[in-house]
Amino acid sequence: MKRRSFLAGTAAAAGAAAAGLPARAQADKIKAGFIYVGPITDMGYNYQHNVGREDAMAHYGDALETVYVENVPEGPDCERILTQLCLDGCDIIFATSFGFMDPTINVAAKFPDVKFEHATGFKTADNVAIYNARFYEGRAVIGHLAGKLTKTNQIGYIVPVPIPEVIMGINAAFIAARKANPDVQFKIIWIYEWHDPQKEADAAKALIEQGCDVLMQHTDSNAPITLAEELGIHAFGQAADMSAYGPNACVTSIVDNWGPYYIERIGKMFDGSWETSDQWLGMPEDMIVLPEINDNIGAELKAEGEAIRDAIIAREYHPFTGPLNRQDGTEFVAEGEVADDETLLNMMFYVEGIDAQLPS
Amino acid sequence: MGGIDPILLLASLMVASTPILLAALGELICERSGVLNLGVEGMMITGAVCGFAATVMTGSPWLGFGAAALAGAAMALIFGVLTQYLLSNQVATGLALTLFGLGLSALIGQSYAGITIERPAPVWLPGLRDIPWLGPILFRHDIILYLSLALVAAIWWFLARSRGGLILRAVGENHDAAHALGYPVIAIRMAAILFGGAMAGLGGAYISIMRLRQWTEGMTSGAGWIALAIVVFASWRSGRVLLGAYLFGGVAVLQLNLQGAGFRIPAVLLSASPYLITILVLVLMSLSRNARNAGPADLGRIFHASS
Repeated sequence: MKRRSFLAGTAAAAGAAAAGLPARAQADKIKAGFIYVGPITDMGYNYQHNVGREDAMAHYGDALETVYVENVPEGPDCERILTQLCLDGCDIIFATSFGFMDPTINVAAKFPDVKFEHATGFKTADNVAIYNARFYEGRAVIGHLAGKLTKTNQIGYIVPVPIPEVIMGINAAFIAARKANPDVQFKIIWIYEWHDPQKEADAAKALIEQGCDVLMQHTDSNAPITLAEELGIHAFGQAADMSAYGPNACVTSIVDNWGPYYIERIGKMFDGSWETSDQWLGMPEDMIVLPEINDNIGAELKAEGEAIRDAIIAREYHPFTGPLNRQDGTEFVAEGEVADDETLLNMMFYVEGIDAQLPS
Repeated sequence: MGGIDPILLLASLMVASTPILLAALGELICERSGVLNLGVEGMMITGAVCGFAATVMTGSPWLGFGAAALAGAAMALIFGVLTQYLLSNQVATGLALTLFGLGLSALIGQSYAGITIERPAPVWLPGLRDIPWLGPILFRHDIILYLSLALVAAIWWFLARSRGGLILRAVGENHDAAHALGYPVIAIRMAAILFGGAMAGLGGAYISIMRLRQWTEGMTSGAGWIALAIVVFASWRSGRVLLGAYLFGGVAVLQLNLQGAGFRIPAVLLSASPYLITILVLVLMSLSRNARNAGPADLGRIFHASS
């Protein structure tokens, strides 16, 4: 090859590459990274995120390459792993747990060309978008079913850490349960872990021994459902369809359906239109899905549950419809109004009627 | 409020404490022979996954427990060869084996995620199980739990009253003197290490086969570290190991019950209570005797027969 034509060709290529370099460039191939706070074998929260990743892989085929890291601790080590993913050439990274928030913001500042999507958080940046699911919509349905199913009027609730997402779930479930059954009461156990099968099983056992005959959970594993199946208790699956572990026990589950969101966001990477956003989607957008309600609760109750579910999907019913009071009696939603997103995202109080103390 | 049934609580306490008790008893023998095995967590979780896998494949939980003990002993064999024959540092080797065990178990467990097994049948004790108070607390458990209690007594007798135990303790106190007397120090230590590994594997399998009846990565959640701590805080005595394990498991179950019953104690405090209370009680008990009740003098030191 003649040197001149080689140099000219190289200069032309460099010029073309430089011209195509603005951050909104289209791409033929995208590499997406996913970090999970627990193992994908938890058959719950992390498993569902991975299902979303697989949905995206199936949708885009060879044009999409993905990598994932499980069991990422929520802390400084997370920064190291995120940095490693950036250096490995990821174009977009999905950080799927609340505790990844600050590490994501820090690493995003160091890698402005990499896009980040943080789940269940509240901090954004130019290259950090956040997304969340309205889990409380599912809680409204299962709260109603639980309220009607319980014969001892005690519902057990196993929860991880006292953050607004968890508390609004408790409140939404309680409001719905009380509407269905004015005598119902919640017994709440905090285990301070998102995923600890032993502690969850022990907590479930303690609740059942204290008289609960319905179980709910916000923790990630299927240990409570397995125990509920063995002891003949009703329970609800968390984050994934857990009916396989409790064919008789599992009434329904609150399934997180992340696939469509991942496909849409990665699609924006392909056509260069990705922008930071703040999306909080729920049942109307199919991000929260309730699988078929178990027939063994009776056709009438099943129809009631389906009616509430359909009303939420059609945006005709909001789980936090006033008048609603805090536990100390002060009103936080007036008659005829619904709680706005701001109130929900900062919810650090129980609603009136819950006989427990919220850990600070 | 209230509503905690003490009978159910005590029964749950015994079940929750058994994995830690088994691992701690094994580690007790190991440390009495002078070997500090920090790989307990790795051996527990390897035992958990191998026991579970064997149960799924053969359908018999008892074969599962046997496989778990063998798997724990196999990992302990690696530890033993490295520290006794290749003279590697015991602390570093133990930690490395923990990490190895955690990773290996995750690898083996890939194909067993999402599978649930039947609960193994408890021992049927016809008259005893119906005694009003003691029946539900003591006489409705499975055989592994009774084995763990029998082992507490057997290990006490072995260490305190038998010639074999005397030799084991001698090796732990002064391996040079024991060697000079003609005892096979390395062989004795290897036997102790293998026993420790087998017990840890058994303890791990109790979690996966008996308590949770499925496999998840990292399911031991640090139980091996608790067992290690209990051995130290119990001044290397098997009776106190029993106390420490039941105290830890008991407070862990109690704090969940207290939360559920609505007692107005901060949940964060309750969550930390098992660790705090166990350490406190055992340290106080150890302080009350003369301070020379320390561990085996040659614990953690490498043995190299000179001359």
